[in-house]
Amino acid sequence: MKQAGAVKGKQTESALHRFAAQWEVQSMIWPGILFILVFSYVPMWGIILAFKEYDIFEGVWKSPWVGGKQFRLFFESPDLVMVIRNTIVIAMLKLFIIFPAPIVLALMLNEVKHMAFKRIVQTLTYLPHFISWIIVSGLVFSILSVDSGSLNLLLQKLGIIDQGVNWLSFPEYFYGILITSGLWKEIGFSSIIYLAAIVGVNPHLYEAASIDGAGRIRKIFSVTLPTIAPVITIFLILNIGNLLSAGFEDILAMTNNGNNAILRNVSQVIDTYVYTIGLNQQRYSYAIAVGLFKAVINIMLLWGANKLARKVGGSSLW
Amino acid sequence: MKTSGSDRIMNTVIYGALALLSFVSLYPFWNAFVISLNEGTNTSLGGLTFWPRQLTFDNYEVILNDNRFFKATFVSVIRTVAGTASAIFLTALFAYGLSKKGVIGHKWYMLLAIFTMYFQGGLIPTYLWFRELGLFNNIWVLFVPWMISVWNMIVFRTFFKGIPEGLEESAKIDGCTNYGLFFRIIVPLSGPVIATLSLFQAVFFWNEWFHSGIYINDAALLPVQNYLVNMINSNSAQEMISQLGNVPGGAGDVVSRSITPKSLQMTALIVVSLPIIMVYPFVQKFFVKGVLIGSMKE
Repeated sequence: MKQAGAVKGKQTESALHRFAAQWEVQSMIWPGILFILVFSYVPMWGIILAFKEYDIFEGVWKSPWVGGKQFRLFFESPDLVMVIRNTIVIAMLKLFIIFPAPIVLALMLNEVKHMAFKRIVQTLTYLPHFISWIIVSGLVFSILSVDSGSLNLLLQKLGIIDQGVNWLSFPEYFYGILITSGLWKEIGFSSIIYLAAIVGVNPHLYEAASIDGAGRIRKIFSVTLPTIAPVITIFLILNIGNLLSAGFEDILAMTNNGNNAILRNVSQVIDTYVYTIGLNQQRYSYAIAVGLFKAVINIMLLWGANKLARKVGGSSLW
Repeated sequence: MKTSGSDRIMNTVIYGALALLSFVSLYPFWNAFVISLNEGTNTSLGGLTFWPRQLTFDNYEVILNDNRFFKATFVSVIRTVAGTASAIFLTALFAYGLSKKGVIGHKWYMLLAIFTMYFQGGLIPTYLWFRELGLFNNIWVLFVPWMISVWNMIVFRTFFKGIPEGLEESAKIDGCTNYGLFFRIIVPLSGPVIATLSLFQAVFFWNEWFHSGIYINDAALLPVQNYLVNMINSNSAQEMISQLGNVPGGAGDVVSRSITPKSLQMTALIVVSLPIIMVYPFVQKFFVKGVLIGSMKE
C-alpha cells in the first residue's frame, strides 16, 4: 500500500517534471488552448438553456428547468412547417446546383489548352469569393433594380419582357436570385480543389484511354471523374453534414437582416429563425432549443453520410 | 493531334461558356464602377451599362468626405491589420507547439481543437456569454473571438511538419531556444503559407459584418461593412443627400440635386471592394497553393 503510493507519487512527480521541462513548448500552446476554451467551449454550457426557461436576472445556472417544453413549443409552432420547408428547399437547391457546378467548371477548365485564357478565367471567377455578402447584395440589388438595372435592360432588349420587373418583390423569384448569387460568388473558388485533383490524374491513363479509342468526353467520364471521385465524396459528405445550415449571411444580406416582410415566408430558414427569434424577440431558450435541434440533425446526417460512403467503399472522413 | 468536327464543337462550347462566365463574374463590379462615375440623376434614367454617360467625381467626393465613412474605414483598417497580425502570430505559434514530437497532452490539445470544427455552442449561447464578458460595444469584440482558427492551425501544422528536422537540430546545438527556432528558422521558411493564410484572415476581418452588427451599437466602433449595411438597407444614403443640401450656399446644394442614393451606394461599395480587388491578383498564385495544403489534411 505504502509502496504503491510512493510509486504513484513518483510518477506524478516525473510527469510534472517532464511538463516543467517543456514549459517553453507548452507556453506556445496554452494561449491557443485558452482562446478555444473561452470562446468555443464555455458557450457550449449555454446549450443547457434549451431545457430551461432563461431568466435574465437569474442567469444560466439559476434559471428554472422546464424539460422538453421549448422543443414542444417549436414542434407545435405555426412557423415549424414554413421554416423546415424553406430550409429543405434551399438546402436541396444548393446541394444539386451549387455543389456540382464547380466540378463542371474544373472539368471545363481542364479542357482549355490556351494557358493565358485559362488564367484570365480563373482570376475573374475566383474574385467574387473575396467580397462580403453585403457587397454582393448591393450588386444584386443594383443589377435587379427596376429603373436602371442591367437585367431588366437585357430582357427588354431581347424582347422577353415589356416593362421592368421588380424581381425582389416577388417571393417566387427569391430562390432563383439566392442560388444564382451563391453560384456567382463561389463557383470559381470552389473549383480550385477539383482542378488540383484533376491535375494529379496519371497521364498514362489518358494515353491508355486514347489507344482504346476514347474521345474527349469519354475520357472525362471514364478517367477523370473516377479518379477525382474520392475528393468529390469527401466534399459531398461535408456538404450533407451541413445540410440544415442552408444559409445565413447570404439570406440575411438579401432580406435586409430578415426584415423584408414580402420575402419572409420563403426566406426564413432554421438559422435565420434562431437569429430572429433569439436576438430580435429575445426568446433565448426557445431559440437555443431550435438551434440544438438543427445541430443534432446535422451531426446525424454527417455520421450517416460518412457511414454510407464507407459502405459503398469510397473515401470517408473517418 | 487531329482536330475533328466534334472536337471543334466541344472547344467552341467550352471556350464560349467560360468566356460568358468570366464576363458575368466581372460585369456587376464594372457596372457598379460605371454608376459610381456617372451623375446620379442621369443614372436613374436607366440604360447605363459599360460606360458612364455623364462623367462626374461628385459621388466620390461625397463619400470620401463623409466623416462616418472615414471613421468606419479607420475601424476596419485597424481591425484588419491588428487582427490579422495577432491571429496569424498566435495561430502559427499554437501550430508550431503542436507540431513538436513528445509534447505532453498533445493528443488532448488536438482533440479539443478539432472537436470545435464539428460542434459549436451556437449563436445564442455565444451571444449570452459575450454579454457576460462585457464585450458589447467593446472594441475587443472585433478581434478576440477570432484569434485562433483551428483550420489555419491545421494548415500551419501540416506545413511545419514538412520542414526537415535537421534544420532545427543544428540550431538547437548552437543553443537556440524554441522561440528562437520559431522566429529564426520556421518563420523565414514559411513565407508562402503565412502569406496565404494572412490573406484569408485579412479578407475575413475586412468582410466580417454580422458579429460586429449584433455586438456593436456605438457608431464610432462600427466597421465599414456595417456602414454599407446601413447604406444599402436603410435610408441613410437619402439622409446624407439631404444633409448635403442643408449647407447654405455651399457647393453641396448644387451637388445634392444630382446625387441619388443608388449612386452613393455603388460608390461606397466600390471603395470598400477596392483594397481586395487590388491586392488579390498579386497573391493569387500563393493562395491556390495554400488551399491545397489545407485540403491534404482532410
